[in-house]
Amino acid sequence: MAKGDPGASTRGRRATPRSRKAATADPELVQLLTPAGERIDSVTGPDGTEYRVDFTDEEYRGLYRDLVLVRKLDAEATALQRQGELGIWASLLGQEAAQVGSGRALRTQDMAFPTYREHGVLYCRGIDPIMPLGLFRGVDQGGWDPNEFKFNMYTIVIGAQTLHATGYAMGVAMDGKTGTDDGEAVIAYFGDGATSQGDVNEAFVWAGVFNSPLVFFCQNNQYAISEPLERQTRIPLYRRAAGFGFPGIRVDGNDVLATYAVTRHALDNARHGQGPSLIEAYTYRMGAHTTSDDPTRYRIASEVEAWQAKDPIARMKAFLEREKIADASFFTEIDEQARREAVDLRERVLAMPNPEPGTMFDHVYPNGSPLLDEQRAQFSKYLESFEGSAH
Amino acid sequence: MSRIKEFNLPDLGEGLTEGEILAWLVKVGDTIELNQPIVEVETAKAAVEIPAKWAGQVQAIFHPEGTTVEVGTPIIAIDTDPGAGPIETSTTTDLPTPSAASLAAVEVAPAEGAVEPGLIGGPAPGGRTAVLVGYGPRTTAAKRRPRKGATPAQASAAPAAPAPVQASPAPVQAAPAPAPAAPVAAAPTVNGNGRAAGPVLAKPPVRKLAKDLGVDLGALTGSGPLGSITREDVQRAAAAPAVAEPLAVTVPATAAASFGADREQRIPVKGVRKLTAENMSRSAFTAPHVTEFLTVDVTRAMKALDRLRDRREWRDVRVSPLLLVAKAVLLAVKRHPMVNSTWAGDEIVVKEYVNLGIAAATERGLIVPNIKDAGRLTLRELADAMTGLVQTAKSGKTSPADMSGGTLTITNVGVFGVDTGTPILPPGESAILAFGAVREMPWVHKGKVKPRLVTTLGLSFDHRIIDGELGSKFLRDIGDFLADPEAALLAWT
Repeated sequence: MAKGDPGASTRGRRATPRSRKAATADPELVQLLTPAGERIDSVTGPDGTEYRVDFTDEEYRGLYRDLVLVRKLDAEATALQRQGELGIWASLLGQEAAQVGSGRALRTQDMAFPTYREHGVLYCRGIDPIMPLGLFRGVDQGGWDPNEFKFNMYTIVIGAQTLHATGYAMGVAMDGKTGTDDGEAVIAYFGDGATSQGDVNEAFVWAGVFNSPLVFFCQNNQYAISEPLERQTRIPLYRRAAGFGFPGIRVDGNDVLATYAVTRHALDNARHGQGPSLIEAYTYRMGAHTTSDDPTRYRIASEVEAWQAKDPIARMKAFLEREKIADASFFTEIDEQARREAVDLRERVLAMPNPEPGTMFDHVYPNGSPLLDEQRAQFSKYLESFEGSAH
Repeated sequence: MSRIKEFNLPDLGEGLTEGEILAWLVKVGDTIELNQPIVEVETAKAAVEIPAKWAGQVQAIFHPEGTTVEVGTPIIAIDTDPGAGPIETSTTTDLPTPSAASLAAVEVAPAEGAVEPGLIGGPAPGGRTAVLVGYGPRTTAAKRRPRKGATPAQASAAPAAPAPVQASPAPVQAAPAPAPAAPVAAAPTVNGNGRAAGPVLAKPPVRKLAKDLGVDLGALTGSGPLGSITREDVQRAAAAPAVAEPLAVTVPATAAASFGADREQRIPVKGVRKLTAENMSRSAFTAPHVTEFLTVDVTRAMKALDRLRDRREWRDVRVSPLLLVAKAVLLAVKRHPMVNSTWAGDEIVVKEYVNLGIAAATERGLIVPNIKDAGRLTLRELADAMTGLVQTAKSGKTSPADMSGGTLTITNVGVFGVDTGTPILPPGESAILAFGAVREMPWVHKGKVKPRLVTTLGLSFDHRIIDGELGSKFLRDIGDFLADPEAALLAWT
């Protein structure tokens, strides 16, 4: 997929149509693709870092495909919940660019620690999108192998994964796996609400003082369930990093290109041993917090409409069309692929077997325990006391 | 699998038990696509659109808009293969043939217009309510897996034979669609709680208790969440006499006094009671209530009423003390418009019209219909409106429109013979007046204690809007009118 390393060969790279520098309306926001789909050549951050991407046409199209597929699969999961096939679902609608941009910026060796909403990052890590659905359907624990995919388990507890990530990143540094171009970096995902948690602030302290190779990636979707951002902070979230002694930057989280550039830069800093940083991906949760939530009770429609105009996919499509990187048949093909994958996902979810009650004992300890064995035996005896019992 | 599929209302948000059908977005006969929004449902947590689980044709809609449906109840039936022609009985040869009686029931399903096509609720033979095929009040024991070692009598309780006729009540079908005999047996049966019969729900310790006590779980009706069987259900069943006999009215004197469930009555909270409870709780815990009392000598007013009754044009009109109270309230509102208002969060809505609510006790419970724009009515019109309103309420024909939009309410607790009370505001209103009994009491009148007709007024108001001063002035004006209506009329109008 998209590589776009700064400084890589420019052969086959598309020259940025309009050479503009840091002309974004909001000086605090790194943006390479405006809501109207106009490219900005490069942006210079507050510390002098120049952010830019150089993608091939194929890579641009690939990012678009990712965004559309991730949105479609997410919508299908929401529908499945409404139809009683999932217990709950946390939709990522509106946050596709923040997740795809950062997810594609990860290198194979990098480790990611998600919340429960990082379906887009999970997709970029090459994990079958069916995996989290088992968790939300309540038939398994969402069991992908975190080591195989370098993507930790979904963490429901708000902000807890930032501490896990910090410990992991400290380990990476202690193992001497940083300091080179091929070094390892760690990314921890969390939301604006989590920044009020003690865990996240402790993680900031530890990662800072141990100079850990960690990128704190905050998707600021403006709401901690129903609590608006102004109840979380008096200053822009990215500026909190200064107090902990590492850099912070705000990026347009609905701009997949800027998110990619900023995340790639922060990860590279981490892998080179330059310590942690905080990225605030400024975005918006277009849907409900989860399927149990009704956002119309605390948000006004005009706010949602204003963000609708900043849609991450629409701007990418406008860009691809304007630069003739993709034509109508491409978009049709992507939509059809998304539809097929959604149908496939639905069929596989409906076919998920219900687990045998006895399997609840399987993964408590890696090597079992005598007490558990006893409980398992008692339980199966109890179940057998029913005639014709399959379970 | 059957081509007619029923979609059960899912738990839309972690542990919900019911949802209200807000709006159907499709109708019977519509062709729908997968994931097309079909219905809006409001739960305790959110109002959401439910997307269709299958593509196909809408075969039946089981619940009209506005009904509250339990989670797990079928709400819509979809023909997933409408192109395959009429639904033949032969396609379901593995299922019991519908009995003649159930087919007969199909034929005499309510005529078009009796109920909205596709909706349940129409009358059916045998005094039963028509429901969709295979879904209706349970008349047989739920099928269940017998416990090994259960007593033979209990083990054979589950009927092996096809379900009796009553198990397949009449469907209400869209006119052109053939009777779908197919789902008769395939559709879930429903137990006494209106819940789909599946495995008997009970926690493991309860199952063990039932086993120890020799109680057949399948024969019980659960009172726990989701109709599950509780420890109390099992204990009650174990304590019950083996042969069901009519409960003796008199308890033998020798019997030990019981303070358990056998001497308690459980009444499901629904309908008017449920609505009343919700409204009262909401109002009591959102609007800070203040109640003030005023005792008034209404002797003159009662005499004025008598004179009114004597007038020829008022001969056939029902003239009650409540009429004067209503008039007093309406005139006092004109002098203090602020009391006729609604707290709307960040603003106060003061209304120029008074929709005067009159709380009425009916067989269904408390209802509060209101007289629209009562402030514009003459006294005669007001009297007629109040008479009509009470009669409608007593006959149970009060429409929702009659009960909505009230702005200020009077509750006549005096008819129950009590003096006063601290009424709770109907939600959205800022004042409510309790009118107590009119009694002959010793009263200081012109310097001497005399028997006079006296009543007590109790006014509750929303203290967010109405300060003590305004509330007091309003109540005082009502009292002044009732003390001397003629003088008040002359002075104020």
